[in-house]
Amino acid sequence: MNHSNLQAPLSVSGLTVAYQKKPVLRNVSFEVPEGKLIGIVGPNGAGKSTMIKAILGLLPRVSGEVEIYGKRYQDMRKSVGYVPQRESVDWDFPTNALDVVMMGRYGHLGWFKRPGTKERDMAMDCLAKVGMKEFAHRQISQLSGGQQQRVFLARALAQHADLYFMDEPFVGVDAMTERAIITLLNELKAQGKTVLVVHHDLATVREYFDWVMLLNVELVAYGPTEDVFTKSLLHQTYGGRLAVFDQEDGAVLVESR
Amino acid sequence: MTLLSWSVLTDPNTQWILIGCMLLGLMSGIIGSFTYLRKQSLIGDTLAHAALPGICIAFMLTGVKSLPLFFLGAFVSGLLATLLITVITRYTRIKADAAMGIVLSVFFGIGIVLLTHIQHSSYGNQSGLDKFLFGQAASMIASDVYTMIGVSAVIVIASSLLFKEFKLLSFDPGFARGLGFPVGFLEQLLMFFTVMTVIVGIQAVGVVLVAALLITPAVAARYWTDRLGLMVVLSGLFGAISGVIGTLISTTTSNLPTGPLSVLAATVVFVFSVLFAPQRGVCAKAVRRIRNNRAIRMAEHVREIQHSPVYSKEESL
Amino acid sequence: MMEFWIIGTGALVAIACGILGCFLVLRRMSLIGDAISHSVLPGIVIAFMISGSRDSLGMLLGASVLGLITVFLIQLFQQSGVQSDASIGVVFTALFAVGVVLISLNARQVDLDLDCVLFGEIAYVHWNTISVLGIDFIPKSVWILGITVLFILVIIGLFYKQFKICAFDPAMALACGIPVALFHYVLMGLVSMTTVASFESVGAILVVGMLIVPASTAYLLTERLSVMILYSVLIGIACSVFGYMIAAWLDASIAGMMVTVAGAIFAIALVFSPRHGLLMRLRRRRKWAEVAG
Repeated sequence: MNHSNLQAPLSVSGLTVAYQKKPVLRNVSFEVPEGKLIGIVGPNGAGKSTMIKAILGLLPRVSGEVEIYGKRYQDMRKSVGYVPQRESVDWDFPTNALDVVMMGRYGHLGWFKRPGTKERDMAMDCLAKVGMKEFAHRQISQLSGGQQQRVFLARALAQHADLYFMDEPFVGVDAMTERAIITLLNELKAQGKTVLVVHHDLATVREYFDWVMLLNVELVAYGPTEDVFTKSLLHQTYGGRLAVFDQEDGAVLVESR
Repeated sequence: MTLLSWSVLTDPNTQWILIGCMLLGLMSGIIGSFTYLRKQSLIGDTLAHAALPGICIAFMLTGVKSLPLFFLGAFVSGLLATLLITVITRYTRIKADAAMGIVLSVFFGIGIVLLTHIQHSSYGNQSGLDKFLFGQAASMIASDVYTMIGVSAVIVIASSLLFKEFKLLSFDPGFARGLGFPVGFLEQLLMFFTVMTVIVGIQAVGVVLVAALLITPAVAARYWTDRLGLMVVLSGLFGAISGVIGTLISTTTSNLPTGPLSVLAATVVFVFSVLFAPQRGVCAKAVRRIRNNRAIRMAEHVREIQHSPVYSKEESL
Repeated sequence: MMEFWIIGTGALVAIACGILGCFLVLRRMSLIGDAISHSVLPGIVIAFMISGSRDSLGMLLGASVLGLITVFLIQLFQQSGVQSDASIGVVFTALFAVGVVLISLNARQVDLDLDCVLFGEIAYVHWNTISVLGIDFIPKSVWILGITVLFILVIIGLFYKQFKICAFDPAMALACGIPVALFHYVLMGLVSMTTVASFESVGAILVVGMLIVPASTAYLLTERLSVMILYSVLIGIACSVFGYMIAAWLDASIAGMMVTVAGAIFAIALVFSPRHGLLMRLRRRRKWAEVAG
C-alpha cells in the first residue's frame, strides 16, 4: 500500500493507561517517521507492552489519541502488523506452521472468503524469508522457541502491513533466529516500512535500531539512537537499576535486577 | 395465615431439617473457603458426580443402603477421579478444564449405567437410591442429623486445630513441603473432608447443586475480608444462614424443595457481597475508579500547565 | 426402525457436540460448556410455561438466550475478581436452582420430569413423531437436532477461519479487526442450542460428555484442526452406535452408556495415541534414558 500523503505512520498523543489506581503509562506523545526501525527500551514494568496493546486497542485507555497515517486505527487495520509475545498463545493448538502464517491473511480476506492457493503461496514466501520453509508442515508445538518466533514473524510479514509492532521478538531465541530477525527488520526498512520493537537487551540497541524510545511510565526520551541512547538519559530511564561497564569499544550496559 | 405456616416450625421433623441444613451450610462453607483458595472450586462438582459410580458399586457389592458404605464408595471413586485428572493434565496436552469435564461426565455416565442396571435388576432394597442422588432434604430424619452433627463437629474441630497447616497448604504448598509439613497427608485430609461434605450435601441438595454449597458462600466471604480466619468464619456463617433461610421458605411455602432454595439464598448473599462489599465490591470499585481517573487526569493537567512555556497576558497584549 | 431412530438421534447429537466440542476444548472452555448445559434449565421451563408445549422452537430460543446470559454472568464475575472456576460454579448452580424451583412452583402446569432433563429419554424418541411437510414418520427430536446440526454446519463452515483464529490467538484476531467477542457469543449460542436440542434425548449432564470427551480424544490423535473436528464427530458417532448396542444388551441407560463408551475410547487414546499417548511417552523417556546412560 502506498500512503502518498505525508502523514506520519503513527502519531500518539496524550496516551494514558491505568491498571486500578496506578497509571502504567502516563501522557505519552510521539510521532513515528516513516521507514525507521525503532527500539522501545525501558525497565520491567515501564509499560512497553502496555503501550503497544493500548495503541492496537487491545487494552482500554484512560485518555489519548492514536492516529495511523492520519486516520483512526479501526480504518487502518490492514496497514498494521502485530507480533505478540510468544507465550501469549497455546502452542499445543492443532495446526502447522504454514497454517499459522496464513492466519496473517485473514484480515485481508474479509468475512466469508477462505484462504486459497494464493494465500498459501504467499505464506510459503513469508516462511522462506524467515528461513523456515522446510518446517512449513511441522506441528507448531514441535518447533523450538526460536522457530516459533520466526513463524510469528512470518505471519506478520504475511499481513503485508506498512507499520509493524513487535513485542519482545528477541526473548528466548537462539543466535540464528536473532540474526534472521535482524536481517528481516532491515529488509522491511529497505522497503520503506516502519517497525516498532519492544526490546530489552541494551547491549544490542545501538547495533539494531535507528531510533530509540526510552520509556519508564512516562516518555523519557525519543529520537535518533545516537542522540537518545546516552548514558545520562539511560540513567534517567532506569534509575539506579543500571550498571555501566566501560570497555574499549564503548559502554556495555547491563540492567541489574 | 402466617401464624399457621410458622407453627410448622414447632414440628420436630422440621426442626431436624433446619438443624441439618444449617450444619451442612456451616461445614461446606468452611471447607469451601479452603478449596476456593486452592483454586479447586469445581472439585466439589467433580466429586459429587464421581461419587455416583462409587455409591452404586458399594450398593451392588453389599446390597444394603448404609451411609458409611456409601461414604467409602464415594471416597474411593472420588480419589480415583482426582488421580485421573492429575494424570491426564500432567502427562498429556489436555488442559485442566477438559480433564475435569472428561472425568466428571464419564464417571457420571458410568454411574447412570450402574444405577439403571440396579433399578432394572432384582436388587431388593433399591428404592430411594435415586432420591438420594437428587437430594431430598425433606426426608431427613433424626439419625441423619446425628451423623451430620458428628461430621460437622469433626470438620470444625479439625479446621481449627489444623488452621495454620491448611492456611499454608492453600497459600503455598511448595513452601509448606519445604518446611517439612506432610503436604500429601494434609491434601488427602482436606480431600477427605470435601468428600464427606459432598456426600452429606448430595443427600440434602442433590448432585448438581452440591457444588454451590462449597463455592458460593466462600466466594461471598472473600469479598468482605482479606484475612483467612475471618473468611472461613464468614463463609461458614453464610452457608449456615443460607441453609436456614432455604429450609424456612421451603417449609412455610408449599411444595418448594429445600436444596435449590438454600442455593438461591446463598446466591443472594453472594450477589449482595459482589455489589456492596466495602473494598472489593462493584460499587466501591466503581466509585474508586471514577475518582482515580479524575485524579489521574487532573494530575496530567497540572503537569501540562507546569511544563508548558508560560504565556503571560502581558505578552499577548 | 426404533433402533435406527435411536442411533440416528445419538449420531446427530454426536455431530453437533463433536464440532462445537473441539472449539470448547481448544479455547479452554470445557467447563463453560458444562455450565451452559445446566443453566439452560430455567430457559427451558420459562419457554415451556409461555408456549405450553415441548416442541416449540421458542424453547430452543429461550434456552439459547439463557446460555448467553450464563456466559455473560460468568465473565462479569471473573472481571470483578472471582476465580474463573468459582464464577462458573456460582452461576450455573444458581440458574439450575432457579430452574428446579420454577418446575416445582408450576408442577401442575409443567409436565417436565427432572429426571428426563438430567438423563434424557433417548429410548423413547421414536414415539414422539411429528408431521412436517407431509412426512410423518420422522421423530420430533430428529427434526430439531437435524436443524441444529445444519445450523452449526452453516455457521462454522462460513466462519471457520474466524473461529480458528479466535481460538488460537484472540489478541491477533482482535488486532486484525475480527469481532472476537461476537464470535465468542455465537459459539456459546450454538452450544446452548445444541444442549437444548439434545437434552430430551441424552440429558443435560451427558451432553457435556459428548461435547468434551470425543473432542479431547481427537485432540490426542491429530495435529490439524479440521482433522480433529472430523475425528471428534466420528468418535461421537461410534459412541452412540456402540453405546446403544451395549446398553440394549445390558438393559442399562443408553445415554449413560454412550458417555461410558466415549470414556473407554478416550482411555484407549490416552494410553496408545501414537504421539501423545502414555505408552509412547514412557517409551520415549526410556529411549532418552538409554541415550543419556
